[in-house]
Amino acid sequence: MKILYGMQKPDEGTITVEGEQVAFGSPADAIARGIGMVHQHFMLADNLTVLENVVLGSEKLYGIGGGARKKIKEISDRYGLGVRPDVLVESLGVADRQRVEILKVLFRGARTLILDEPTAVLVPQEVDALFENLRELKSEGLSVIFISHKLGEVLSVADDITVIRRGTTVGTAVPSQTTPRQLAELMVGSELPTPETAESTVTDEAVIEVNGLTVHAVGGPSLGELAEPSAGGLLTEATAETAGEVKRVLDDVTFTIHAGEVMGIAGVEGNGQTELIDALIGLKHADSGSISFLGEDITAWPTRKRREQGVGYIPEDRHRHGLLLEAPLWENRVLGHVTERPNAKGFWLDLKAAQEDTRRIVEEYDVRTPGIDVTAASLSGGNQQKLIVGREMSHKPKFLIAAHPTRGVDVGAQAQIWDQIREARREGLAVLLISADLDELIGLSDTLRVIYNGKLVADADPAAITPEELGSAMTGAASGHLEHVEESTEDATDAAPEDEA
Amino acid sequence: MKKFDKERVLLAVAGPVIALVSAILLTSVVLVASGKNPFEPYVLMLQQASFSDVQVLIINQASMYYLAALAVAIGFRMNLFNIGVDGQYRLAAMMTAVVGAHVALPSFLQIPFLMLVAMLTGAFWAGIAGVLKTTRGVSEVVSTIMLNAIATSLIGYLTLSNVWGVQVGNNMTTGIMKKSGWFPGINLGADVGEIYGLVFFAILAGILYWLVLNRTRFGFDLRATGASETAAAASGVDAKKMVRTAMLISGAVAGLSGLPLLLGDAHTYSLSFPTGLGFTGITIALLGRNNPVGIAFAALLIAFLDKASPALDYATPVAYEKEIATIMQGLIVFAVVISYEAVRQWGLRRQQKRVGAELAAEANNNSHKKEVAA
Repeated sequence: MKILYGMQKPDEGTITVEGEQVAFGSPADAIARGIGMVHQHFMLADNLTVLENVVLGSEKLYGIGGGARKKIKEISDRYGLGVRPDVLVESLGVADRQRVEILKVLFRGARTLILDEPTAVLVPQEVDALFENLRELKSEGLSVIFISHKLGEVLSVADDITVIRRGTTVGTAVPSQTTPRQLAELMVGSELPTPETAESTVTDEAVIEVNGLTVHAVGGPSLGELAEPSAGGLLTEATAETAGEVKRVLDDVTFTIHAGEVMGIAGVEGNGQTELIDALIGLKHADSGSISFLGEDITAWPTRKRREQGVGYIPEDRHRHGLLLEAPLWENRVLGHVTERPNAKGFWLDLKAAQEDTRRIVEEYDVRTPGIDVTAASLSGGNQQKLIVGREMSHKPKFLIAAHPTRGVDVGAQAQIWDQIREARREGLAVLLISADLDELIGLSDTLRVIYNGKLVADADPAAITPEELGSAMTGAASGHLEHVEESTEDATDAAPEDEA
Repeated sequence: MKKFDKERVLLAVAGPVIALVSAILLTSVVLVASGKNPFEPYVLMLQQASFSDVQVLIINQASMYYLAALAVAIGFRMNLFNIGVDGQYRLAAMMTAVVGAHVALPSFLQIPFLMLVAMLTGAFWAGIAGVLKTTRGVSEVVSTIMLNAIATSLIGYLTLSNVWGVQVGNNMTTGIMKKSGWFPGINLGADVGEIYGLVFFAILAGILYWLVLNRTRFGFDLRATGASETAAAASGVDAKKMVRTAMLISGAVAGLSGLPLLLGDAHTYSLSFPTGLGFTGITIALLGRNNPVGIAFAALLIAFLDKASPALDYATPVAYEKEIATIMQGLIVFAVVISYEAVRQWGLRRQQKRVGAELAAEANNNSHKKEVAA
């Protein structure tokens, strides 16, 4: 996708546009070839009008005044986008902004549109409207590449489906002849990972208990006092409605993870996973609800104390949260555990011990590096991740937050990281596993929860769940169906251990 | 630390060397453009540096630059730009002078007490910017610049003769400090001068700076915050507290930077007390790459330019403008910023390539193993 839009250069292979082989050095080249991209995160300036946003960067095409306005109206009418050129972008809703993004791309003369997870931020009615727009574009002879996790949407809007898994094309399908189940199998791969996890190590010692955890979106007025988080779903929905603008990024989340248990959380990205992680590690504080760790209330604890007491953290974005990219490996080994042995003796750092231990991690976790003095940035993503996993595991955590632990990691390293998590789990580690990889979730978890819109909407037994069921729960489709998932899995819970044994 | 990586030393030296060479070349271009000899001024300045009295001046000046640059560097290490070192330094020097003129303790108490006053005043002034940043989100760049201006007015007011000032001729001073607060220097004879005793304190401060930053937990947290605020927060650093602490320490060191002169020679704060020390400190911290040894060399270099250039005005047979040194300092700042960034990026890419190459061989050996595993 990035390659297609010229943001990254391919190592191998070719791109052909309208029968002509092309090479893109930058997005500008791609735009010149008629390829336009609508990013998942909108690239609009809030304090400018729609017209100004559309014109920005392509002033030469139709000027910045009347000509551009006329062109915008023309495109808008032609494809039924309903864009008003003179309103400020900050006053627009998400769906309108998305239409502005599409218009921006069309304005630049795109014949091929790439839409990256366009429905992730839309409510169902808006999704329908978007699909209406897309059909309009299609009938005008434009091509659309629609990238999505959501099986149902892909099936309803696409003419042709290509499934990509871990960077390779694993199959193609024609929607009219494909069921969601077949598609899900393609996505996950026919061989589900060996459920080695089946021999259950779950104990009844609760390690982490989260009760009614609610976090409001940053910036929104906190109405935490108004809403009773412990109240049932009905009331919460009602207050959310009356609250108007306030978005609960985490809504009344309750769960318990026991020693030796891996709890997987499935969900389309942006449904509250990040906030859940932040709340657990202490980067965000709960607006209401409580978190207790080994029976102690840690809701008010700062991050450092949580980490010292045995909360391990494999962050979802290792570059932003897990590493100091320009610091040598051994300093990265100290990061996050600066107050603990072997990194520190009291007030002082213990450089020798820290470096020694870094060598051990490099050895034991097979971090491929010429030495511990090279910067973290010079390692590949997989090796960076192995270092992080090694670092966190070295402090014998009792509770591990593992967010996408194998994202961007090659197959060999992936299996290795899985093994390490399994092993630690056998020794009584409680793990919260958040992943977009259904393989990983089903293969590693003892219990599965589905997060949607900040709520845990379903739970499932990984031994019995199908990716299809998981997928439908992830999209938040029909809550009635979710109950069925719950029921069927509860039945399965009793049967499962025997099946696997 | 143990094994000296040649590459790293090369990279560390390459930046400053490239910067200095290009700054000198550009200065020569300026000289040529104004129809002067492009090399003679350097020769003249180097000749100056061979006189012992000039050497003493350079060392004394460098000690103050060194402390000011350390103050700036502490901020830099955590991505804070304390432009207010100048205001903090002047205010602290004035307060210390006032206190020193009115309090008379025995020497072994008076001097630490005066240092404490200087540190607290500097820390207080910088702390205002720290609090503003953490509570109201005010950029420390803006607030410290404004605090510089406020400090100027505040000093102007406090040195009025009906407040704490004492008029001596045309000069407003704060009165002569009590003798017990004078820090003895090393007297090298009447025609050479005296090296401030606090020069050694500056060296001590540099050692302390290195020790705290590189060998303590606090230093690690501070550097981590500077390298990546998000990663530091996830590692358990309280970013706001860290901003406040760093500002306070930076301000305290800034407060000390006037003391070598104040306690060693001037013994009063007056209108003729040097200004702009904090801004020069920024140049020096940049040139010295926030490294205590690098800063020492940079401080000596800039002090040399300062103290050797006045002679240019009186050179025979052709006089040069001593402002050549100022031009050179300005060019150094430009060259430093550009060359360091270029060298840094080049170094990162080079290391990435090297690591990649070293691993490629290994990967080749393992590749069929991996295929079996997959």
